[in-house]
Amino acid sequence: MKVHEYQAKAILRDRGVSVPRGVACFSVNDAVNAAQELSGDRWVVKAQIHAGGRGKGGGVKVVESVNEVEETAGQLLGMQLVTHQTDANGQQVKRLLVEEGVGIDRELYLGLVIDRATQKVVIMASAEGGTEIEEVAAATPDKIFKLFIDPGQGVIDTDVSALLEKVGLTGEPAEQGVLFVKALYMAFWDTDASLAEINPLVVTTNGKIIALDAKFNFDDNALFRHPEIVAMRDTDEEDPAELEASAVGLNYISLDGNIGCLVNGAGLAMATMDIIKLYGGDPANFLDVGGGATADQVTEAFKIMLRNPDLKAILVNIFGGIMRCDVVAEGLVQAAKVVKLSIPLVVRLEGTNVEKGREILEKAGLDMVTATTMNDAAQKAVAAAQG
Amino acid sequence: MAILINGGSRVITQGITGKTGQFHTQNCVAYANGKKAFVAGVTPGKGGQAVEGIPVFDSVVEAKRETAADVSVIYVPPPFAAAAIDEAVEAGIKTIICITEGVPVKDMIMTRHKMQDSDAVLVGPNCPGVITPGELKIGIMPGYIHTPGRIGVVSRSGTLTYEVVDQLTKLGMGQSSCVGIGGDPVNGLKHLDVMKMFNDDPETDAVVMCGEIGGSDEEECADWISHNMTKPVAAFIAGVTAPPGKRMGHAGAIIAGGRGTAEDKIKALEQAGVNVTGNPAEIGLALRQAMKLD
Repeated sequence: MKVHEYQAKAILRDRGVSVPRGVACFSVNDAVNAAQELSGDRWVVKAQIHAGGRGKGGGVKVVESVNEVEETAGQLLGMQLVTHQTDANGQQVKRLLVEEGVGIDRELYLGLVIDRATQKVVIMASAEGGTEIEEVAAATPDKIFKLFIDPGQGVIDTDVSALLEKVGLTGEPAEQGVLFVKALYMAFWDTDASLAEINPLVVTTNGKIIALDAKFNFDDNALFRHPEIVAMRDTDEEDPAELEASAVGLNYISLDGNIGCLVNGAGLAMATMDIIKLYGGDPANFLDVGGGATADQVTEAFKIMLRNPDLKAILVNIFGGIMRCDVVAEGLVQAAKVVKLSIPLVVRLEGTNVEKGREILEKAGLDMVTATTMNDAAQKAVAAAQG
Repeated sequence: MAILINGGSRVITQGITGKTGQFHTQNCVAYANGKKAFVAGVTPGKGGQAVEGIPVFDSVVEAKRETAADVSVIYVPPPFAAAAIDEAVEAGIKTIICITEGVPVKDMIMTRHKMQDSDAVLVGPNCPGVITPGELKIGIMPGYIHTPGRIGVVSRSGTLTYEVVDQLTKLGMGQSSCVGIGGDPVNGLKHLDVMKMFNDDPETDAVVMCGEIGGSDEEECADWISHNMTKPVAAFIAGVTAPPGKRMGHAGAIIAGGRGTAEDKIKALEQAGVNVTGNPAEIGLALRQAMKLD
């Protein structure tokens, strides 16, 4: 799960990680009040959307009067912000963060992720703050320094000092940096985060260490023990189809193509997308109905797929294991009755009770194309979509 | 003797009184030597009961002491799954297979940390389990699609593995063992570990490997294969069409920061001499090619 920058900063502030003073705003009025409350002579107005690249997209403005805060808030709120991480239509800005301006001496990068190979949290630091870490990693991987944290021991001060020294942080700022990193690690660990990025981490002109930006993602599997994080969820930032699917226990991801896929199991679902592409088609979605999909879930899955106006065909690929083909077939028959299909449907069933399943489909007289192998199914689906 | 499990294994089901644990234990008992192999169940507070004639104990320690079990399979709910693995490790169980999906990553980091100095082997979590066809099935895979034989299968996915096994069986190639290592980012055995076991197993002639986007396990395995593997290997990597930054069902199946792409994995495996097919319907054929049978 993702949260907004202002929410990530609230988590950090609560845990003693220094962040600029700021206020989350939902209206121009809020923004004006926030600027007055923060006082000073410089403010930063930041569009709050989950996608990265907000600065380059024009979603972050530095202003020097309350009037300008008002004007900027008016421009940003409601705009469709396009960044390299959004689609071409961008994401509508509904929330702002108004912060005090900070004098910047130096910008660094700090990131925490789970390293799968060592099975530890890794802290990454780079002197190239502000830029996308992917770019740094691609162009100059030797400029990223890593510290792997032993889960039994936690963060050790001298290790952090050594890491910070590598990115040019020494003396008083480094001492503050150690406390910063330790508090950041605890925030990461306590909240079951899967990613934390402070980019940039700045040394201010007053010699203070502060998180100028903050990004946090959380492990979905651990949300059951973090109601405080779940409360931060902003469903406006999520794909409506994906949201609807997750509400009925389906795993759905929208893609750009025109062939809908309904598959059981994540690996087979990906493989089904891949084979559609292999035969010259384009998958419209990833959809894993899981190991025990009911007829109702199959119906919902069809409804969600069919809401995509570009959809030209649907491919159902089920390898029955625990999930029996006859149950899937009954689900398909029910779904077809409810949704009134106007596009071609290709069905490939294999595995447990496959004969029974095929018989059910045949008896129901559904208007569909049956297929035996994945090759057969993908070729028929691609042909149907082009036809 | 294949790898990890065989007809002589003695198995405990942790979470045997739950709906899932009970259902799958019944199916496993009904397969080949299952009736003899499933010797105990564990559910705290339900010791003294029996499920399908299998005695239930309060703890793994007790179950092991009473039945000399050496394998455990875990179906307990996600919040308690890591603790169940810890309990099995502490009780001295040597092979632990965790089926549970949805275990928090932090729990797995701590569990793997505690396992550092242990000689126990963990398969999963979030996996279909392990089967040695004709001998023993421990997990949720449909037993009947498998045929005893000499092909090893290792995969991060469930149904995609069934698809592969079905292809192999229909091509007349039986399997020595099929190991689902699971779709989570922090897990037990990796492709590399299972590949080494198959390479050392006198009953395995060749290996099929199914990988997917996310992490670098496939690349590490490829590196090892290029220097050490003495048997033919065919592979399929799912997710060539998966967009970056999106989790494709499995917690571990995500391209993050430009890493973990299918292209990188395919390239590494091809350089290691593995016959990689881009067609999931032809994985069995790819293995026949690798074995120079066609």
